[in-house]
Amino acid sequence: MHSCAPIIPKPRAGWRTLGIPFLLLGVQEAQAAFTWNFPPPVTPVAHETLQVHNEFMLIITVLFTVVFAIMVYSMIKHRKSAGHPAADFTGPRGVLQWFWVLVPFAILLFIDFILMGIPAVHALVEMEDTQSRADLVLKVTGMQWKWQYEYPDSGIRFTSNLATPPDQVANAEAKGDNYLLEVDNPVVLPVGKKVRVLLTSTDVIHTWWVPQFGTKRDAIPGYLRETWVKIDQPGIYRGQCAELCGKGHGFMPVVVEAVPEADYLAWVEKKKTAMAAAANAAERTWSREELLQKGQEVYGKQCVPCHQANGQGLPPAFPPLAGSKVVNTPLLSPDGKVVKDTHVDRVLNGKPGTPMQAFKNILSDMELAAVITYTRNSFGNHQGDMIQPAQIKASR
Amino acid sequence: MEATTHPAVRHAAHPTGLLRWLTTTNHKDIGTLYLSFSLIMFFVGGAMILAVRAELFQPGLQLMQPELFNQLIGVHALVMIFAALMPAATGFANWMIPLMIGAPDMALPRLNNWGFWLLPPAALLLTLPFVLAFFGVGSGAIDTGWTFYAPLSIQAGMGIDFAIFAVHLLGISSIMGSINIIATIFNLRAPGMTLMKMPLFVWGWLITAFLLIATIPVLAGAVTMLLTDRHFGTHFFKAAGGGDPILFQHLFWFFGHPEVYILLLPVWGLMPHVVSAFSRKPIYGYKAQVWSFVAIGILSVIVWAHHFFTAGMPVPALIYFMFSTMSISLPLAVLFFCWIATMWRGSMSFETPMLFATGFIVLFGMAGLTGLVLADVAADAQYHHSYFVVAHFHYALFAGGIMGVMTGVYYWLPKWTGRMYSETVGKWHFWLTVVSFNLTFMPQFFLGLAGMPRRIPDYALQFAEFNAISTVGAFILGFSQLLFAWNVIQCLRGNGQRAPARAWEGARGLEWELPSPPPHHTWETQPDVK
Repeated sequence: MHSCAPIIPKPRAGWRTLGIPFLLLGVQEAQAAFTWNFPPPVTPVAHETLQVHNEFMLIITVLFTVVFAIMVYSMIKHRKSAGHPAADFTGPRGVLQWFWVLVPFAILLFIDFILMGIPAVHALVEMEDTQSRADLVLKVTGMQWKWQYEYPDSGIRFTSNLATPPDQVANAEAKGDNYLLEVDNPVVLPVGKKVRVLLTSTDVIHTWWVPQFGTKRDAIPGYLRETWVKIDQPGIYRGQCAELCGKGHGFMPVVVEAVPEADYLAWVEKKKTAMAAAANAAERTWSREELLQKGQEVYGKQCVPCHQANGQGLPPAFPPLAGSKVVNTPLLSPDGKVVKDTHVDRVLNGKPGTPMQAFKNILSDMELAAVITYTRNSFGNHQGDMIQPAQIKASR
Repeated sequence: MEATTHPAVRHAAHPTGLLRWLTTTNHKDIGTLYLSFSLIMFFVGGAMILAVRAELFQPGLQLMQPELFNQLIGVHALVMIFAALMPAATGFANWMIPLMIGAPDMALPRLNNWGFWLLPPAALLLTLPFVLAFFGVGSGAIDTGWTFYAPLSIQAGMGIDFAIFAVHLLGISSIMGSINIIATIFNLRAPGMTLMKMPLFVWGWLITAFLLIATIPVLAGAVTMLLTDRHFGTHFFKAAGGGDPILFQHLFWFFGHPEVYILLLPVWGLMPHVVSAFSRKPIYGYKAQVWSFVAIGILSVIVWAHHFFTAGMPVPALIYFMFSTMSISLPLAVLFFCWIATMWRGSMSFETPMLFATGFIVLFGMAGLTGLVLADVAADAQYHHSYFVVAHFHYALFAGGIMGVMTGVYYWLPKWTGRMYSETVGKWHFWLTVVSFNLTFMPQFFLGLAGMPRRIPDYALQFAEFNAISTVGAFILGFSQLLFAWNVIQCLRGNGQRAPARAWEGARGLEWELPSPPPHHTWETQPDVK
């Protein structure tokens, strides 16, 4: 089937409830998380932003009401059907009228540059205060369609993928409470610490946004952008990519778990141990079955959004792996080097200008070896060979 | 030879049927072409977004995959902006500027014809990739949103190339139209009509034309650089080759922000005529409005970066773009003041054009006020890329742009066709439009505040009920517009009461001194303006 052809709607539980009954159901279902304003703020920036926003909403509501009350008064009083004769003035006459004409503009000037202007500048300066001392640095890298998080201080690095099952999106099973706002590896941050967030991207522009943090910043390839958060209460905070970044734009959530510092330090140790274990995995020789099993797991997380579970891809943008020329190339050169435009090269270094990432920056040697072995022995590809984590490590 | 001295004889032999419309150099014919094209494309763009709203009716993917969704939102915007709103305004200009300034035609009639006939091929280029993809060629239409942001647009399929060439054609058409309008205004005004006696609609268009000539080439340059990045190995916007993705945003919005006023200035120009006519009172603050147009024109080209505050920029730049943006509220407030002061102590009646004018003033007021808070950088961090901004610019461009155009159509339709439209249908159209418009877009403000990003094909459960309401509103809004089409077609077919030369009791201006409909050629002898 073609990539952009509409799916013919099959009868589904959700689809049959269209119409008014659905509206009523929807009201009940959504009430818990339903909100008329920003979600509760948990950082200094978010507190200030909410305050500024509320103040501005009040100002513009008053402006709107006053101006249109005058207009509506005129529309009622100065009607032909009410017998009101038309005046013929075309501008202010006399000092008094000029005064009444100029007063609204003086008020507007005051509102723009003082009443709104001063708090706006204050909030802006606060938001941009990324240079003063931070307790912790978090590097966020946007990529199609996941987030990679790095903690330069402790060397931790992992990617965070959407955890909502595709069946929920396709309405084949009931949607969970955190539908589309759940990930496999949330970012963990300590509460009460100033975290400097650095942002970049490996492909197109993404935007990292957690509404409760009051911060939203683009992740732009070739740039290092920054913002900061200081979360004042523990909890799980959810957000999304906010800049259109291709077909997976709606499916790359941000989930941040804020925990007390002690828990954070424990988490860091646990992560470090896990990373060391992953690095050690490259030291031993893996059996073909182990690689295939692990490879299927990695494929499910990293590759399925584009190349699909059956390896057929979504051509022309996302080529099939089944019978692919690239996948069915020899593994490495006789002296163990990566050969350009081979299967290993494509997985390790990606294809610039396409959503195909350089996975050597994302996956461990073990995961790379596993997913390469898996794809060349699945979907009708029968290479029958395998590659060891040690070989990947040596080729880097 | 004799024929050239007797225009009436020469033109009696003009071609008929399709050839007449292909070859016409008459400003009224070309105006009609622009307006008809605009109406058709309005429904095309509307149908696209109804498909999108249907998909967003409830969480989960029901009707389409994200790929098609991304194409529909981008083409909807391009069609509505370039093929519906801009041609409508140009149609008004063609029909009305010569009538209002007492000119026999536009200054450059053949250019005028060419300017129009570039539009249908451009519209075809925009939409053709949908059809091609259906037959298995390419991956569909432009799927980056109408903003073409690099590097996504470098990575995307051939729909981008189609859109780039469409934008080139539309741009050439706009520039030629603008040159024509400026030449007409500066050279063909009736004796005695000084610039400061010129109708405000003509003033609005004069500023628009200058803005188009100033900014369209920047857009054309930006998309050409994109084209060479895509196919000829340049690295203007590719970070890997030393290029700069943010440069594209600067270039795009240097065009994109003035574009908002390009869409709105013609409407602000016609609004005082309508308000004055139905208040039976002369326009209040003519000079103030002229200078506000000029001020908005100048301010519009120095505020562009407020469209990408979240891309990050130095604090002084943020402060500058924030306050320059807020400054636009001053000339805009002058316009609101003058519209309301024109009503004040008038003798108002509320026929359909006046209903649309008042609806426009109130709803466009909401666009202006929400624009004022969007200028605030810190709060913008929450509003930006969210449904709040979607709601804001639909208040500006639907309630401001489209409803403004409808005000003008209802106001001038009796002049153009010589027939009165059905007032009952017109009023139904107005009330259905206003109610369903708010039903569609008011919930989107709250969706944005709650944290729903724009341009997502599927959403979290807490956004479900507002999206459902919005979709219901959108369908009522879309189908209500059929009443508008019905009303226009009835007039075109010669149904309805005959309209007198001065179709509205309080209407003033040269155009109302001509019969309704005006003969094919008007003001062959220029009137004297005192």
